[in-house]
Amino acid sequence: MRIEKDLVAASATPLVLGILSDGDLYGYAILKRVSDLSGGRMQWTDGMLYPLLHRLERLGYVSSSWGTSEAGRRRKHYAITPAGREVLAERQEQWSVVADALKQVWQAAQRPVVAEVWA
Amino acid sequence: MTGLHAGLEAQIDAWRGYVLRRQAISAADVEELEDHLREQVTDLQATGLDDEEAFLVAIKRLGNLDTVSREYAREHSDRLWKQLSLVPDESAGSGAPAWRELAVVLLFAVGAGVAVKVGVSVLDGDAALLRNVGLLVLPFLAGYFAWKRRLTLRVGAILLAAFAALAVALNVYPFATGGTEAFANEIGMTEGLAALHAPAVLWVLVGLAYVGGSWQSHARRMDFARFTGELVVYLALLALGGGVLIGLTFAIFELVGVDFELVMEQWIMPFAPAGALVVAAWLVEAKQNVVENIAPVLTKVFTPLTILMLLAFLGVLAAGGGLDDVDRGLLILTDAVLLLVMGLLLYAVSARDSLAPPGFFDRLQLVLVGAAIAVDVVMLTAMVTRIAEFGSSPNKIAALGLNLLLLVHLARSAWLTVGFLRGQRPFAALERWQTQYLPLYGAWAAVVVVAFPPLFGFV
Repeated sequence: MRIEKDLVAASATPLVLGILSDGDLYGYAILKRVSDLSGGRMQWTDGMLYPLLHRLERLGYVSSSWGTSEAGRRRKHYAITPAGREVLAERQEQWSVVADALKQVWQAAQRPVVAEVWA
Repeated sequence: MTGLHAGLEAQIDAWRGYVLRRQAISAADVEELEDHLREQVTDLQATGLDDEEAFLVAIKRLGNLDTVSREYAREHSDRLWKQLSLVPDESAGSGAPAWRELAVVLLFAVGAGVAVKVGVSVLDGDAALLRNVGLLVLPFLAGYFAWKRRLTLRVGAILLAAFAALAVALNVYPFATGGTEAFANEIGMTEGLAALHAPAVLWVLVGLAYVGGSWQSHARRMDFARFTGELVVYLALLALGGGVLIGLTFAIFELVGVDFELVMEQWIMPFAPAGALVVAAWLVEAKQNVVENIAPVLTKVFTPLTILMLLAFLGVLAAGGGLDDVDRGLLILTDAVLLLVMGLLLYAVSARDSLAPPGFFDRLQLVLVGAAIAVDVVMLTAMVTRIAEFGSSPNKIAALGLNLLLLVHLARSAWLTVGFLRGQRPFAALERWQTQYLPLYGAWAAVVVVAFPPLFGFV
């Protein structure tokens, strides 16, 4: 399933922050986690993740450090910061409001159109 | 590595080189992306894809490089402005201690300043100072390059001997003072010429140190020409900044009621310009590959303007008619203009991609060179007339020599440019001509410094 670009962009920050709140990860592992969480239905353009991570780092939501992979390559790990956790909590609230509202809309839409409009 | 094959490595290498060319994506970013790419490839291989298939899919997943690069640029817009780091990061791992070069540069800069300061107090009179000022400063610049390029002992010895020989010539020759046709009353004619030409000889010696002794390499010669142009620009910028700083200091000290003039005369004037020269050289060295050369950019602006100036000059000469009125001051100024044209030509050539097809600017350059040749011919005619009429003098012979040198340089350049515009010659021929010819200016200057005084009896 293809998810609309704007929706991907809007959900990217809370997704990444949420994934990092479970523990430090590097870019590829973050993407794999996104894919797992969505059952493979959310596919990002991989290259776009890194500018996003850099932006989050500039904003102070995540911090990064270079480590070494098991194959001996240099690898950049990202960790969420206290400021990042605050933002995550904030976003979580916003998204639950949106999700809540949407859920009600979906339910309303599923209901058959009845004569109550005319009542 | 887990069984990665040579073909895959080659593909990743090619990809890395391609991505590294993107300005917005730094080397560390490429490393991060490469780690991602390799992880992805390994995972894909585990599902049964071969090297090539896995690489192609991984690349596709990374996304269109233009789009990704644009995203990087949005996040790191500063990277589009190339950053100059004078003292490389330790993490960059270049090996050499980061601060050592700066320390050496400052040492040479202070050394040059001390030399000027000592020279001012030891040397007898303005004329002696004028003769020696280049000799006091430029060996330190050459010394910096000798250190930087790790000159062999042989080249170092040659340089030292040349500096010494020049010092002897400039200070042992019994120059006569108070020549009739001289600059000022106290400076003799051959002495003035020697003082004027010595810096050119010294500059060739600095060039020898700059190219690390491989003076036969045309590419290195061209590098030195580029270096010279950038140095002039950086020196001008440093002078501008220094001037502002001194002005502000003056104003503040005046308000406080402290006399700053003595400090200025005794310390800043000898030290600042000499030190600035060495520091500017270091800056140009450091920025080499990071910042676009500015001298060629300036040539683009000044080539059309100089054409207008030369045409106006020719017009005035034609309208005035009198070549007889052409006096020495005008001849010297014209030589300066012609040398400027030579510089414009040199920097335009140095910055041009020699494989690009002929374009508008090449034609413009031909017009410039043509106008300069016309001016040069007019000047040569005037000079020969003057020599025929009033007899020769060291000044006239020196000017005649320089103008002939310029004429040959410009004429051959014009010829080669025409050949290039017609598609009969590669641009490289014009480039090579410049680097072949440049040392002759130094040689001529050496003749004027060393041979003219005894030839003309030290007048």
